[in-house]
Amino acid sequence: MISKQNINVALIGNPNTGKTSVFNQLTGLNQQVGNYPGITVEKKIGFCKLPNNCKANILDLPGTYSLNASSIDENVVIELLLNKKDKLYPDVALVVTDVENLKRNLLLFTQIKDLEIPTILVINMADRMKHKGISLDIPYLESQLKTKIALISSRKGFGIDELKNLIVNYKSISNEPCLNASSIDPDYFNSLHKTFPNQLLYKLWLVITQDVNFLNLDRNEIRSSFTKSHSDLKRLQQKETIKRYQFINEVLKEGQKIDTTIATDFRSKLDRILTHKIGGYVIFFVILFVIFQSIFEWSKIPMDFIDSTFASLSSFASEKLNPGVLTNLISQGIIPGIGGILIFIPQIAFLFMFISILEESGYMSRVVFLMDKIMRKFGLSGKSVVPLISGTACAIPAIMATRNIENWKERLITILVTPFTTCSARLPVYAIIIGLVIPDERLFGIINMQGLTLMLLYLLGFGMAIFSAYVLNKILKIKGKTYFVVEMPNYKLPLFKNVFINVIEKTKAFVVGAGKIILAISIILWFLASNGSGSSFNDAEKIITVKNLENPLSELEFKNEVASQKLENSYIGLMGKSIEPALKPLGYDWKIGIAIISSFAAREVFVGTLATIYSVGGSDNEDTIKNKMQAEINQETGEKIFNFASGISLLLFYAFAMQCASTLAITKKETNSWKWPLGQLIFMSIFAYLIALFAYQLLK
Amino acid sequence: MKTTISSLKKGEKAIISAFDVASIPLKLLEMGCLPGNSVELLQIAPFGDPLYLNINGSHVAIRLETACEIEVEILTK
Repeated sequence: MISKQNINVALIGNPNTGKTSVFNQLTGLNQQVGNYPGITVEKKIGFCKLPNNCKANILDLPGTYSLNASSIDENVVIELLLNKKDKLYPDVALVVTDVENLKRNLLLFTQIKDLEIPTILVINMADRMKHKGISLDIPYLESQLKTKIALISSRKGFGIDELKNLIVNYKSISNEPCLNASSIDPDYFNSLHKTFPNQLLYKLWLVITQDVNFLNLDRNEIRSSFTKSHSDLKRLQQKETIKRYQFINEVLKEGQKIDTTIATDFRSKLDRILTHKIGGYVIFFVILFVIFQSIFEWSKIPMDFIDSTFASLSSFASEKLNPGVLTNLISQGIIPGIGGILIFIPQIAFLFMFISILEESGYMSRVVFLMDKIMRKFGLSGKSVVPLISGTACAIPAIMATRNIENWKERLITILVTPFTTCSARLPVYAIIIGLVIPDERLFGIINMQGLTLMLLYLLGFGMAIFSAYVLNKILKIKGKTYFVVEMPNYKLPLFKNVFINVIEKTKAFVVGAGKIILAISIILWFLASNGSGSSFNDAEKIITVKNLENPLSELEFKNEVASQKLENSYIGLMGKSIEPALKPLGYDWKIGIAIISSFAAREVFVGTLATIYSVGGSDNEDTIKNKMQAEINQETGEKIFNFASGISLLLFYAFAMQCASTLAITKKETNSWKWPLGQLIFMSIFAYLIALFAYQLLK
Repeated sequence: MKTTISSLKKGEKAIISAFDVASIPLKLLEMGCLPGNSVELLQIAPFGDPLYLNINGSHVAIRLETACEIEVEILTK
């Protein structure tokens, strides 16, 4: 737990320096993930035991290139470092750097150091030094940078103990700054110093240039007396950057030797292949294909297992517990509800695993590079590829990932079209319907038809996203400069530990987050499905007996008839029936209608809803959800409810409809307006309805 | 016509000579895109844009329109 006696350590660093690996090495699985209040920036805190019985709270701050923030994520870093009253204000800062990019990474180090926070320089990836012909004069660097240096490899796990020792002894680190702020512009800074004699100049400078608050000083007060035009400020920021680089170059000239003859050409060779004008796209497409095929193939067995386990758990509960309302709630409401959540785990975990591998390896940046020109034709940016791909896991983090798109129009369009990508909440719906209506056969002996259908649905999602981006690009009139800067990191073999922790964390967040909603909805559904008013519900037994007076039913048949009579006239049955006319042309009955109503807040509720409805509506608990759906017959036509036409229509409906309250909320937050999420909701729902209608009428 | 990064050929190296600060994102400056530093064109994306550069040891990709703003002096081998 966070404790005042613990040393507060802040991990700061450029993206792609292995900062998260260092965090994982220091804390293991002892981490807490939350959000900063009011904003959706991930806040990761871990705990670490140090020598001499000391303990540390390790705060993993968002990756940033400098203290000149250009996004909310980067703002978090500055806000914390300027606010001494924050309970996480660091006693010591660790600036993590990559030994191969030391020059650039040191820019951030000198800025942090100038805030007079004890700062340890962590030089990561030291295992690559020999390979790259790099040698460092550590004592020299320590004396010039006035700090302690930990040379580590979070990948190989060496240097971590030494780092822990340095943290314990943080008080011995000098607070002397690297750059005298007034050298940026002596006149300006001297007058600043006269007005605020007790404040650190560099901090004042940050308050002037950044969008942050600082102590009790009113930012407007500082700004009004020291105002400068935007371009003047930028000129000074450039000067600051040049001064810092001069200092760094001076230090590294002596402290770092690079023998360029040793460095191998692995990176440029791989770049040539992966960004090849034809090969690059082929490789990208093959990677996507393999990912989607394997998600479907690998998760089949665990999913079937979870499904049947919960089915038998349900029947076990109804047999062994005393009959009554509570038992019904457990066996028909809660257990199928929980099963409906847990069944996602295999697919979500595999998806997060692949995305995490693509990002860790450095491949994602090459895709951004490869796709930028094409994406721009549709009003998007190469950087939109990352949200669109991670949107296949969940639209919420994907929309948050648009923050690094510099151009507002490109960013807005990306936010608006991301919900079309096939998120993992659609997967269980797709999985169960594909399983019902697409034969489990192989095309040409190798390609699994069901997997192929799934892939087509993913492509449809992407296609729709791109198409609507194209339309939005034509409609929206927003002008702005198109800045685009992407770092191309070194290729790295993804670390198992990082991928593993990432998968566990994301899956847990998803299951707990979605789980609460699904569980609540299942209980409400169960209640609405097992209660009703009026004689058609209360006298169901009598009605069925009277109806079948001439040819008496067996006991089991009688029970089933009563159960479905009751369901049809329960509260939920009446709701479903009332919207049935609107859904009939799409090939759905009132039970699917209920599932669609309940999944308007979150689409993954669909399967759980049907599970609950079919458990209440039938006396047999033992069967799996899939078998129950398979057995459903349309009472008017005598055909299966889930046939090819209605199945395709449902798949298309779920592909396009906006059924996710959380996505609407995040769109509101990121665009700061209700206009955009409402537009998404209305347009996507109407479009989904029309397409599903068209498909069913064509196929039936 | 001014020589800018956009006029480099693949594999060519140059020294950054000048640019208007207002037309360049600060992030690029922080990555080492400053007058006097070296720049090498490593790769050109399909369809000729963006450009993949090694600026002062940092590997970054920028769009052609930004590259046109950065004047350079090409180093002759």
